[in-house]
Amino acid sequence: MEKTSPKLTELFDRDTAVERLRQMTLLRRFEEKSAELYSATKIRGFLHLYVGQEAVATGIIPYLNPDDGVVATYREHCHALLKGVSAASIMAEMYGKQEGCSRGRGGSMHLFDAASRFYGGWAIVGGGMPLAAGLALADKMQHTGRINCVFFGEGAMAEGEFHEAMNLASLWQLPVLFVCENNLYAMGTRLDLSEAQTDLSQKAASYNVASRAVDGMDLLQVTEAARQAISHVRSGQGPYFLECRTYRFRAHSMFDAELYREKAEVEQWKQRDPLLSYGQLLQKLGCLDDAALEQLEADVAHEVDEAVRYAEAGSWEAVEDLSRFVYSET
Amino acid sequence: MADDNDKRTLSYREAAGEGLREALNRDERVFLMGEDVGRYGGCFAVSKGLLAEFGPERIRDTPLSESGFVGIGIGAAVGGMRPIVEIMTVNFSLLALDQIVNHAATLLHMSGGQFNVPVVIRMSTGAGNQLAAQHSHRLEGWYAHIPGIKILAPATLEDVHGMLQPALEDPDPVLIFEHSVLYNLQQEVPAEFSAVDISTARIHRVGSDVTLITYGASLYKCLDAAATLTEQGIEAEVIDLRVLRPLDETTFLNSVRKTRRALIVDEGWRSGSLSAEISARIMEQAFYDLDAPVERLCSAEVPMPYAQHMEQAALPQPEAIVAMIKRMVAGGDGVDHE
Repeated sequence: MEKTSPKLTELFDRDTAVERLRQMTLLRRFEEKSAELYSATKIRGFLHLYVGQEAVATGIIPYLNPDDGVVATYREHCHALLKGVSAASIMAEMYGKQEGCSRGRGGSMHLFDAASRFYGGWAIVGGGMPLAAGLALADKMQHTGRINCVFFGEGAMAEGEFHEAMNLASLWQLPVLFVCENNLYAMGTRLDLSEAQTDLSQKAASYNVASRAVDGMDLLQVTEAARQAISHVRSGQGPYFLECRTYRFRAHSMFDAELYREKAEVEQWKQRDPLLSYGQLLQKLGCLDDAALEQLEADVAHEVDEAVRYAEAGSWEAVEDLSRFVYSET
Repeated sequence: MADDNDKRTLSYREAAGEGLREALNRDERVFLMGEDVGRYGGCFAVSKGLLAEFGPERIRDTPLSESGFVGIGIGAAVGGMRPIVEIMTVNFSLLALDQIVNHAATLLHMSGGQFNVPVVIRMSTGAGNQLAAQHSHRLEGWYAHIPGIKILAPATLEDVHGMLQPALEDPDPVLIFEHSVLYNLQQEVPAEFSAVDISTARIHRVGSDVTLITYGASLYKCLDAAATLTEQGIEAEVIDLRVLRPLDETTFLNSVRKTRRALIVDEGWRSGSLSAEISARIMEQAFYDLDAPVERLCSAEVPMPYAQHMEQAALPQPEAIVAMIKRMVAGGDGVDHE
């Protein structure tokens, strides 16, 4: 893994630098609110939070084109937000309302949005990878110039679908960016207890796929690597594997007593909170003052409040519609 | 009416291949992908010659990665292509079950109607070639349990040729099961095949005394049995289901209301099966029209044995169909007192 970060000024102008902070703040506050609403039983089912990993999606998704595809996992609220799915429609989805981005049929784990080419929201670990490679095959055969980015955890790398999709994407030189968010735990099983080879990029190398491993807590490292990876994939050089080493601050889901890791370990990682450290960096560089930061927080809080209001005001789909969307309505 | 000179004799294999060729010619979004579909010519030689004709972009040999290439087919379909994914046999489709059941069948619903999956997945199925327990599954009835996918079982040349096009035009995932003992079946067909639907069952033989409900290669066993029975004064109506999901229950219910007796012949296992489903629907909707309990003839509940006499003993046979029907028509308490 790379030790040094690129300089902020080499990556961002001032507005972009602040925009990234606003995005990460939105992700964090949106999910904090989601956890609160889960406890209030407004949101049910499974809820998997991304808190701690925000620098990964924020460092990558803004560099995709609007018509590029994103495929994600069941821990995907933040990927959807960054791809352009509205906070309101995501919150409404988690409420189970028909104004939700999946009409309330999917819930937290199955966010979809055709307009922003957000292709889920998949809850079988590893299952989204062949789909992403298939979207990429369609793009390649139709010469669209689009690329597809698939996010997954390191736990998915033990699944056959990772290996099959990786091999096929490389064999057919498909425009896919594979992003492994290595948060060290496959639910409760630590990486070294589930993988004989813990240097994950070696798995990519065995499929002849270009790869890189970066500090996923460092927005600047992720951003720089993402730009390079996206440019590689878009230029037709085949797939790319980007490993982002990160950490999930909260439980796996809302039903997790966290017996598998020490509190001290979590606290240690929290010292490297990507949102706090990036915010501090911006302040240190003079990109925003206290007042601007306060305003940013207020704007984000307003967006989250509006999302909750939208979800609360949403309506339940009629039970008579239960059997819709099993087959297409032609 | 077509002149006899317009007729030709083809094999089921050739009819399937002709369907593929026409589909590839008709729509450039269509491509074929699967194990050994190209250079090898297809495990059952269905796609022989297509690689030379259409090139490796559209006739894609895949590695032995059923889950991977079925998932890629799903993604390519969502991405605007019209893939035909060939899985060599239903036995290997179990390695792609996650993609078929968890992904293809759920996407439209989970996305609230936003993403349909117009993929066609073809595979061979069936026993009868002494291939033993890992190459003889008949699991099409099992797939028919799953909402969100459509299941076709072409038994005739007309259907194996003609079902492909409506399957490709269907906006949702369609699985086509070709029974492997049928590939060498020769039938006389017209010079030009006509279009077929993928929604109805077909009455192959009209009869008044009993309804035989079947599909796939068992159709021919039922027709054999019906020919024997007619010599003994029993007229069996033979229905080829053709479409296993969604079931065309109207056709078999109307037939049963007429004949008042039904025997379901299914090469699948009996427990928790498609034959059980059909039996239940008849019981639910035509119970008072029945003169005898609905009966079933299915495969013995064993993994398929290799030895020929054992394999044949495990499968439904025309002699058993004849015997069951004679007993049903004779009436009484349904118990064989011979």
